[in-house]
Amino acid sequence: MAGSGGAPLLKVVSACKEFSGVRVLGNVSFELSAGEILGIIGENGAGKSTLLKIISGIYTPTSGEFFFDGEPMRTGSAAEAKRLGITLIPQEFNLVKDLNVFENIFLGTELRSGPLLDKKAMAAEAKRLLDRLGVAIDPREKMENLSVAQKQMVEFAKALSRKSRVLIMDEPTTVLTPPDVRMLFSIIGSLRDEGVAIIYISHKLREVKEICDRVMVLRDGEFVSLDKTEDLGVHEMATRMVGRELSQLFPPKNQPSGEVVLSVENLSVEGLLSSISFSLRRGEILGFSGLMGAGRTEVAETLLGLRRKTSGRVRVKGKEAEIRTPSDAVKLGISYLSEDRQGKGILVKFGISSNISLVSLARYCGVAGVINKKMEREQASEYVREFSIKAASLSTNLEFFSGGNQQKVSLAKCMDTGPEILIIDEPTRGIDVNAKREIYLFIHTLVEKGLSCILISSELEEILGLCHRTVVMHEGRVSGILEGEHLNEEEIMFHATGLKESVLRSVGQRTDI
Amino acid sequence: MEKRKFAFDLGRFGPFAALFVLVVISSFASPYFLQTRNILNILRQVSYTGIIALGMTFVIISGGIDLSVGSLTALVGGVMILVLNALGAGWWGIIVALGAGLLIGAASGVFTGVLVTRMRIAPFIVTLGTMAIYRSLALYISGAGEFRSQSSLFPEIGMGMWMGVPVPVWVFFTLAAVCALLLNWTRFGRHICAIGSNERVAEYSAIRINFVRSMAYVLCGITVAISSFLLAARLNSVSSTNIGINFELDAIAAVIIGGTAMTGGSGSISGTLVGAVILGIVNNMLNMLGVSPYLQGTVKGVVIIIAVLIQHKRRDSR
Repeated sequence: MAGSGGAPLLKVVSACKEFSGVRVLGNVSFELSAGEILGIIGENGAGKSTLLKIISGIYTPTSGEFFFDGEPMRTGSAAEAKRLGITLIPQEFNLVKDLNVFENIFLGTELRSGPLLDKKAMAAEAKRLLDRLGVAIDPREKMENLSVAQKQMVEFAKALSRKSRVLIMDEPTTVLTPPDVRMLFSIIGSLRDEGVAIIYISHKLREVKEICDRVMVLRDGEFVSLDKTEDLGVHEMATRMVGRELSQLFPPKNQPSGEVVLSVENLSVEGLLSSISFSLRRGEILGFSGLMGAGRTEVAETLLGLRRKTSGRVRVKGKEAEIRTPSDAVKLGISYLSEDRQGKGILVKFGISSNISLVSLARYCGVAGVINKKMEREQASEYVREFSIKAASLSTNLEFFSGGNQQKVSLAKCMDTGPEILIIDEPTRGIDVNAKREIYLFIHTLVEKGLSCILISSELEEILGLCHRTVVMHEGRVSGILEGEHLNEEEIMFHATGLKESVLRSVGQRTDI
Repeated sequence: MEKRKFAFDLGRFGPFAALFVLVVISSFASPYFLQTRNILNILRQVSYTGIIALGMTFVIISGGIDLSVGSLTALVGGVMILVLNALGAGWWGIIVALGAGLLIGAASGVFTGVLVTRMRIAPFIVTLGTMAIYRSLALYISGAGEFRSQSSLFPEIGMGMWMGVPVPVWVFFTLAAVCALLLNWTRFGRHICAIGSNERVAEYSAIRINFVRSMAYVLCGITVAISSFLLAARLNSVSSTNIGINFELDAIAAVIIGGTAMTGGSGSISGTLVGAVILGIVNNMLNMLGVSPYLQGTVKGVVIIIAVLIQHKRRDSR
């Protein structure tokens, strides 16, 4: 039954895990052979991470049998898992930013000559590992100077240096751009050919379909199915994950009005953005596409007054707008949903109501400046209903929420300022299919009501499925504004990689879609 | 995916439980403990650093620290007595002196705030510096001696009682109520918590982080001025070498024992109040049991460390 025949390298028999009596994983069994890639998919909370943590020795299973190389495996010990060659590359990187590349790769397994560190040998070995991965990173480079994609590669090099036999990857492509994903896949392919067994976890079903030999579906902590990938379509995978037929992911597009609510002309920020021009109409979803570091988030931050522009003009509803601080932006009806949910969007130690009212708190204050907490709670309950946020209570800290629910609270927080222009940055990063669909639908409802939306996204599917027009950026410049028949995957990639640059049409000379 | 057990929220009720246990033990240990006079005495003793701890709570919740409060007490107290002596001994002089003290306290807060927010210097460093500056200024102005007041009205405030309760205790409890309102029920309080919890999120949420953080230091400076006023009035003099020594320690300890995390983001005024009282009772008991005053610092240190240990346990057990 294993992909490439032979005895299984890792065998898991009815693994169970309970937390204080609550079962989060039940009766999951599978086998993994050397040189096989096993995909694991499931919604947030399906038990994927729990399973990974059991295999890599972070959690002790409540019950279940585990065999490695035919021998019973001692569970609940990260050191044991490490000794056997089981390596986990977590979603959040385990890298120390103050150290350089080779120091990170050999962190905890430093090479020594006598009592002293053998830096030369470590640097040389790191170079060899990075070369093998086909990436040009200087082993002596400081970690903080690397891009996200490069950091991911360093994590890989680290995993390689540990001579892994089972490599577990948790959402490795979330922060990668399409070309980086291609590179990653070729590395995974060559690792497999060397006989490494790989467990690959992702929300991106197309990727799973492409790279995995077999795919296991989990739902609510329970085993659903385990099939050869070639027997399972992407649509079928999604259906099994949510346990019911998915209606169409994207709602139909509406027709925006002609009124321009936001126009940006020749906006520049020293060293980051040069001469950005675009316009946004009422009821429109304007996409922003581009590679990592193309400057999309920086455009949003400049519009919010978080970065000082060096030149250019911004007009909101025809009026010249001088935005110096985020509160200026809020007053003009601009609201921003950050890509970095926990870093810039929500306070994980706060409850739902105090998060939602964080920006709009003045609205809830009475004459003496005293917060009307009843009103605050009522408003929050309304959002909880509207967005179907799943929460024990309004005061439960958000740290106990799933990514999807956190994102909904973040969105509610943006909406509570009563915006007319909503800038949403990677709204579906790291959340499951169901929550994604709800968020798409919500964005659609908003623009139907006459709001305007800027959607910054690295997921082309999202851009194509939702946006009326799309601004493609490349190295801090607008390389094209695509619409109609030109709005397709190929054109976006050509512009995003700088292979193609369209002459910009001037504002207002828009043709119909 | 871990489920959280909602058993007993140690952070919120821990200080109260500790206070209760301490009171029970103390009342068994000494028959004098529960006498009204002793209780009022404890409360009066803790009110001076307790008042400062109220302001310190805001600073610590915002993610900062203020080490300069003790030195500032000396400087503010000295200047208040100089003003009082220059203007004569009447009510007018006292009011102007208090005004001057509040002004200096607030100005010191602005100074710290600007250095911390605009110049991006760590609060620990800034206030370590101002701690040295304020003490040295107080010593210089007084020639390392005492500021003495001639007023006979001034000690009446400091020694005064109202409805059988000492004036400083009234001020302490009233200020605590005001601060609790400020922290829990106003925008300012919410913004302080937000900044301490995650400054980036606060900035992206259109909160004026530099202003709000500075205001925490201003508030702390004002509480120092009030405390200094009450202390100077009680003694009718201010010793530039002795007054306010270790106040920063006691104030910070009261905040920490009260369950406010050093990492910022959340905390409570009621906790700080309880923390201050706990420290007072511990001192009181050690005195009554005849423990050497030199050992009292050891006990205080142990209490602080235990309080923090309990907080850490709580965080890990999640």
